[in-house]
Amino acid sequence: MLLLIQYTLIFSSVLTLVALGGCISEHSGVINLGLEGIMVMGALGGALMMRYLGTSSALVMVLLVVLAAIVFGMLYSCLLGVASINFKADQTLVGTAMNLLATAAATVFVKAINTAANPDDHSSEIEYVRARKMFITNINGFEFNWFMLIAVLAVIFVAVMLYKTKFGLRLMACGEHPQAADSVGINVYKMRWSGVLLSGAFGGLGGICYILAGVSIWKFENGVAGFGFLALAVMIFGQWQPIRIALAALLFGLFRALSNTYVGFPTLASLNLPGNVYNMMPYIVSLIVLAFTSKTSRAPKAEGIPYDKGSR
Amino acid sequence: MKKALKNPGVQAFVASVICIILGLLIGYIVLLFINPEGAAESIINVIKNFFTWSRANKKLQQFGNTLSKTMPLLMCSLSILFAYKVGLFNIGAAGQYVAGSCACLYAALAWGWGWLPCMIFAIVAGAVLGAVVGMLKSYCNVNEVISGIMLNWISLYLTNTLLTKVKEVASPYTMYIKDVNPSALLPNAGLDKLFNGNKYITIAVPLALFIAIAVSIILNRTKLGYELKATGSNKNAAKYAGMAEKRNIVLTLVIAGGLAGLGAAMLYLTGYMRWECTQSSVPGMGFNGIAAAFLGGLNPIGAIFASFFIQHITDGGQYVNTNFYSSQISDLISSVIIYLCGFVLFIKLTMTGMINRSEEKKLQKIKAASSEGGDR
Repeated sequence: MLLLIQYTLIFSSVLTLVALGGCISEHSGVINLGLEGIMVMGALGGALMMRYLGTSSALVMVLLVVLAAIVFGMLYSCLLGVASINFKADQTLVGTAMNLLATAAATVFVKAINTAANPDDHSSEIEYVRARKMFITNINGFEFNWFMLIAVLAVIFVAVMLYKTKFGLRLMACGEHPQAADSVGINVYKMRWSGVLLSGAFGGLGGICYILAGVSIWKFENGVAGFGFLALAVMIFGQWQPIRIALAALLFGLFRALSNTYVGFPTLASLNLPGNVYNMMPYIVSLIVLAFTSKTSRAPKAEGIPYDKGSR
Repeated sequence: MKKALKNPGVQAFVASVICIILGLLIGYIVLLFINPEGAAESIINVIKNFFTWSRANKKLQQFGNTLSKTMPLLMCSLSILFAYKVGLFNIGAAGQYVAGSCACLYAALAWGWGWLPCMIFAIVAGAVLGAVVGMLKSYCNVNEVISGIMLNWISLYLTNTLLTKVKEVASPYTMYIKDVNPSALLPNAGLDKLFNGNKYITIAVPLALFIAIAVSIILNRTKLGYELKATGSNKNAAKYAGMAEKRNIVLTLVIAGGLAGLGAAMLYLTGYMRWECTQSSVPGMGFNGIAAAFLGGLNPIGAIFASFFIQHITDGGQYVNTNFYSSQISDLISSVIIYLCGFVLFIKLTMTGMINRSEEKKLQKIKAASSEGGDR
């Protein structure tokens, strides 16, 4: 039971962080389908930091790894920004390309450094057993991960930023009606860029959180196994509102955790369902929920449409 | 020259070539960055693919392998471009492809069906998945990208579960069709002789090419194609003009799903590959189809060449110097190419702009010259 709660909380933290990233980007008017790729890059940044940092105190380690993940995520999100804001490219296409590119690039890169270190090593894995311990505090058998706290803080931060600050309200205006925002002197391009960069930061953070969730070695060939897409479903389920996103993430995290721990529950194990059924659950639930809620969707009105100053 | 550049077909071609060159260049730079020695040789091997073999027989055989894998990719890219022409981004092609694999392999291995019913079953499976996306889109207003992605994962896990029933005991792979039920293998129809007896060359090759042409005709020359495209460009206008816009959306995704499902049958029923029942990610075929569709300028005939090119460099990845590099370099190159395809619109606009500006200048010069003459 404790294990289930632990897994639920850590998976929800991942989903919350990434979905918040998607939420900020969409509120600014850019659909970020590349979250999956951004997560991979954030994970790569954090993993590299853990590999090369050597011995240091827990606080420094946690801060630097988090920072590396954020920076990698932001840098990678620039690909989306340039293409979809400045060059008015198809955002779905660019996002898809970013997902493919991130996994391929991370694999090539990690394999190259592994091979350079040891000519016989052609794996795409990075190992971080020792560094992982610094993120975790053991409380009576419950592994508290610092990312759970970070996720809670992130929800509060985003909720306040979007609804209580000048910046947040302006950002949302650009996603609802960019022409109107422009007419009152808001720089739409700048706002959309900040939306994309912030989503890169949150996506990267979610990425490193994901690979630190349950394992101490990561194989980059696998990417992040669809978590970025799951986060998008969480975001829609949460109707683009930070608090609701956090609640939706808890639900999705629970299903995800069940697929890891269902053998430990006699009632569930006796059903003798294959583990794949639990893997499928979050996706099925979100499809059904989407089918019922999408008619009254609260999606930002101008999302996905490139802003062109000339068109009114 | 300038006149030719104004032609949209030529523009699309030039834009695609620019994307390819930039993609290869970036791949080369990455290789240089990893290890400068041997980078040039490796990137050339990626481009050469089967030409790296010196013996003509072997070359022909490897060419056959690439060709037989091009066909499923072509079907996926047709699926995506067909939906895109109707204003839908069928990212669910990957899942429809998975559903097709599941259907044809299960029918072939568990039920012992012949190749034709297996193939039709694969088409139906893909089409059903497409229909789900279409219904959700037209009746519940669910974005087709999101529902497509959800269904990709659902079908992956479902397929893994189902195909575990027909897998080998000792490995995670499904059984060989040729051992269990040879009647489910696609017939060669003598085509294998052209490729040095490569048994993976089957009737799938002419069939896929024929379907590409058929898709092109349906889109450009029939009432159905016109109605679908009209629905795509403005749903409300189509409805106003008396078209069943909801039915059109569902129909489009059914056709797109069927194409992707057929693509799966074209690969797995040749026996070239087996399904791995512990797969943790959706096969890349559907996503590479996006690359092929856009690289081909969203034209079915262009997609034939683009699919071949993408498959060509993907296969070429195995010829890099594995002492320093990994074969994923070709995935990297093709994903960079997809990314760059996002800029195609911009490239085309720049081309048209440049031509128009230079023409205007010429016109002004002529005007200036003639008005000067008139004043005196």
